[in-house]
Amino acid sequence: MISLLPWFVLFFPLLSVLIITLFTLRHPRASAAVSIAACAASFVLVLPLIGPGLAASHGGAPVTHRVPWLSVGGLEIGMGVHVDGLTVFMLLVVTLIGLLIHIYSTGYMHGDKGFSRYFAFMSLFMFSMLGIVLADNFIQIFIFWELVGLSSYLLIGFWYEKTAASDAGKKAFLVNRVGDFGFVLGILLVFYATGTVNFQEVMTGLAGGHFATVPLFAAAVLVFTGAVAKSAQFPLHVWLPDAMEGPTPVSALIHAATMVAAGVYLLARTFPLFAAEPQALLIVAYIGGFTALFAATVAVVQNDIKRVLAYSTLSQLGYMVMGIGAGSMTAGMFHLTTHACFKALLFLGAGSVIHAVHSQDIWDMGGLFKRMPITSWTFLIGSLALAGIPPFAGFFSKDEVLAAASHYPVLYLLGTATAFLTAFYVARLFTVAFLGKPRQQVHAHESPKVMTVPLMILAALSAVTGWLGAGMPIPFIFASDTGFGSFVHSGHPHAPEFHYSVMIISALVAVAGAAFGYLVYGRGALDPARVKDRAWVLYVVLVKKYFMDEFYGWLVSAVQQGWARLCAWFDRQVLIGTFVNGLAAITRWSGDKTRRLQTGQLHAALLIMGGGAAALLLVLLLGGN
Amino acid sequence: MTSLILTAILLAPILGILIILFLPAAAKTAIRLTAAVVTGVGLALTVTACAIYDQTVSGYQFILNVPWVEHLGISFHVGADGISLVMLLLTAAVIFAGVFVSWRIEDRVKEHYILLLALVTGVFGVFMSLDMFFFYLFYELAVAPMYLLIAVWGSTDKEYCAMKLTLYLTLGALIALAGLLILYAAAGEATGEYTFDLLRLRQLAFPEKFQILLFPLIFLGFAVIVPMWPFHTWSPLGHAAAPASVSMLHAGVLMKLGAFAILRFGLDLLPMGAAYWLPWVAYISMFNILYGGYVAMAQKDIKFIIGYSSSSHMGYVLLGIACVDTVGLSGAVFMMFAHGIMTALLFGLVGFFYDQTHTRMVPDLGGLSRQLPFVGVAFTIGALASSGLPGTANFVSELLVFIGAWKNYPLPVIAAVFGIVITAVYMLRAVAGVFFGPMAPKWGALTDAVKFRERLPYVLLIAILVVFGFAPSLLVDLIKTGAAPLAEKVQTAQAALTAWSPF
Repeated sequence: MISLLPWFVLFFPLLSVLIITLFTLRHPRASAAVSIAACAASFVLVLPLIGPGLAASHGGAPVTHRVPWLSVGGLEIGMGVHVDGLTVFMLLVVTLIGLLIHIYSTGYMHGDKGFSRYFAFMSLFMFSMLGIVLADNFIQIFIFWELVGLSSYLLIGFWYEKTAASDAGKKAFLVNRVGDFGFVLGILLVFYATGTVNFQEVMTGLAGGHFATVPLFAAAVLVFTGAVAKSAQFPLHVWLPDAMEGPTPVSALIHAATMVAAGVYLLARTFPLFAAEPQALLIVAYIGGFTALFAATVAVVQNDIKRVLAYSTLSQLGYMVMGIGAGSMTAGMFHLTTHACFKALLFLGAGSVIHAVHSQDIWDMGGLFKRMPITSWTFLIGSLALAGIPPFAGFFSKDEVLAAASHYPVLYLLGTATAFLTAFYVARLFTVAFLGKPRQQVHAHESPKVMTVPLMILAALSAVTGWLGAGMPIPFIFASDTGFGSFVHSGHPHAPEFHYSVMIISALVAVAGAAFGYLVYGRGALDPARVKDRAWVLYVVLVKKYFMDEFYGWLVSAVQQGWARLCAWFDRQVLIGTFVNGLAAITRWSGDKTRRLQTGQLHAALLIMGGGAAALLLVLLLGGN
Repeated sequence: MTSLILTAILLAPILGILIILFLPAAAKTAIRLTAAVVTGVGLALTVTACAIYDQTVSGYQFILNVPWVEHLGISFHVGADGISLVMLLLTAAVIFAGVFVSWRIEDRVKEHYILLLALVTGVFGVFMSLDMFFFYLFYELAVAPMYLLIAVWGSTDKEYCAMKLTLYLTLGALIALAGLLILYAAAGEATGEYTFDLLRLRQLAFPEKFQILLFPLIFLGFAVIVPMWPFHTWSPLGHAAAPASVSMLHAGVLMKLGAFAILRFGLDLLPMGAAYWLPWVAYISMFNILYGGYVAMAQKDIKFIIGYSSSSHMGYVLLGIACVDTVGLSGAVFMMFAHGIMTALLFGLVGFFYDQTHTRMVPDLGGLSRQLPFVGVAFTIGALASSGLPGTANFVSELLVFIGAWKNYPLPVIAAVFGIVITAVYMLRAVAGVFFGPMAPKWGALTDAVKFRERLPYVLLIAILVVFGFAPSLLVDLIKTGAAPLAEKVQTAQAALTAWSPF
């Protein structure tokens, strides 16, 4: 019985999509209700799975169920569900945060003419995301992988009449397609190296060391390409900042908390594949570490509140990827979990602010503490968590990532520098946007309850989820004492390693960064404008995001489009113009010439006929001998 | 009883033609309804045939054999295996949708529907013929109305395009016919019994040299129709000039005749020839996919975009055929089906707004979703299907081709996988260019598809894409009964190849 439960978790949101598109498109309130109910139902159904899922992490059997989907010529593809500790955690994150954001959305999207459509898309997203989490094979995860890409495309371009939104949606889809190019090839390689696409069989085979290593290395790197695009790692990160064109709750749910984490989840799910190929794992680690620092530097100079958060998301995803690459799947997943809470909180808080001041520029804000106390307090908690200040969630998970990275000096440096910058830009953001005096005449006021209650719940989560990793029991929920690893790491639970030196350094760095940020922007210890003038080259490079968009723009419009035009020219001028029409012209010309033979004069016709007959006779006579 | 079902499918449009002949030209609604009913019956019969086909036995079923000209070995001989059934289903669905899309035509309604039904009779005939003579007859029956349909009801340079298309289709078929006649003569000489009967011809094993020399003739003749690069140039032009329903049939169904004939005559009758030459085809398919995709990317006319994308997608079909693997071959046939439905959907929708905007140039359009939300959504679905989005049949077909071809042709597969990136680029650009962004005020008077009969064809085609996308085994189980023996036959031939080469 319990093995069928995950299917219901998966199909409630799909049911919601169908109900909304078929029946309630013209009834916004009903659509929201259906969508929220579906999300809540999925969340509730995850709860009974927690026990069996965690048991699976301690050597028990995972909850699985599979139905045949496609079978042809030796290829067997099924659709299945696989629930172990890793799955359960991801399910909880997705459904709980999803539920809160659904509720928040009813307030944020209130009065939008696409209200019903919005909730249909959100449910479509939930369905696709849960499909990724539950998938038990590569093909299935790819199918849902693409479907979340679709929902992301639809939700970014939700306000499709805005060219920027339409472009951003397209960009997100296409950049992800580039990643999929690698992902599909990776899956093909896995299939040909192992003869199966099922996770369990691939992983068991790997443990037995049955497969040739060369295709596996390539397979691992190619599968990682998919994760690079979805989790917006350098150099395929360019779509994520633009994705902020979508409604803010979408940014919170999809482009911060869950979907972008799918790449990290994929790495965790297929971790044995990477673990078998240490070289591939190193590539993962360095890409992650580089992205973390790279994005953090850009976040420092952004003025759009959502862009700061977007680059911070890139940077934090870099942490997760680096953690996994450094060999600690647990650290990556732990950071994913805490990040989901505090980043969802920050985005929703930003949404609440945008809702109130009608601007996304942090320099239009300021002095919000008194007017929007709940938003401000919760945002503060989220900021502390993101900055990695103890005892908030981000501190613990970041610490685990850094502990894993501490075996690699370069990675550790990248991570620590990022920690400093993170605390700095978070302090800058909070100081400018919330503290000081109001810079705008618009009277900002606190958002309605449907928006603030989710903020408070997320704030609570952002405060406490870190303790999971520290092995501290959370009353009534987990009475665990073995740390986060014991939840997600199938097979070998291990007690958390406490690297006190790493922990102390990271705490000091975070506090220093935050204090520095506050002093500069809150106390005027340093004039940012002067720094800007002094280091204007650096400033321009950062504001222009290292000219990555310009580079890709050139690649697309000059290289790709130029090549396309060349092909089109070849088709039109060479193939059609020269060969095809040339052939036609020759035909016409020869017809024109031979036409002259038909003069209509009897003696000419007789002459030709006679000549022909004579020639034939000659051929026959000669041929006869 | 079941042996008559194919004949009934064939007779349904003929009956329609007869009824319409006796209707007055002014009775437009009656004419349209007649066409809708007979094609609806055809669709129902085809679905029935697919459902009652015995998959445990496989092979050709519903066989009916009526001798016609006995001393030449010609007979009216029809039958269907898994592959032809899927093609019949495709044809029946596209023509049924096409009849509704053509509803808007007010000019010479009677002639239009008669020609449309004649065309589809020919296509049905091709897919069910087990006699080479009738195969060719039906093929010409399908091509001839095409010329008139484009030249009379078409747009932009219609006479030139109609002429070009007809010349190509006829010329290709003629080359193939020469090959088929050589086959007929050789078989007759060897066995002493001259026959056009495919079921008998396919039992014969022709000498290796003969197969290797003859295969290119038959293959190239039909490859023109596929269309294989570099013989594709007739096809986008033809699409552009044709009226909506004709584009639907042309890209949706007619192009599939080429690939179907390659399977029937090339692979089945000349397996050694196929085994010898198909590696070349695998590499040529790369040109179809990449070149077609890039040319599509540079187009501004939306019909040219879809037209070139069709030739790009046919590259996947060629690759699936060339890899000689049950999975890949099933993928190729599935692709023929999925692409046919998807492209019919897109052409039908383009026709819908072109009738109102009178331009198909993407830069002139934009923001149409505001006025045409239904058309916008349907087109987006079609475009996403075209880019192989999971949840649509197109994804499954591409996946099967990739998996099937990877083992022997990794390079073309890499190109093919990259092809889905290219497809997504031009398709999403087209969607964004036509339907998203701000809308020019001049499009404020456009009207959406609101009536049931206006929406029906598009909803039907989308439903087919989605149903087979989520439950592909419904179709793949049928396809593989035909694809598996064929793949095996060519594989066996491959193993038997000696080192002989014409070079």
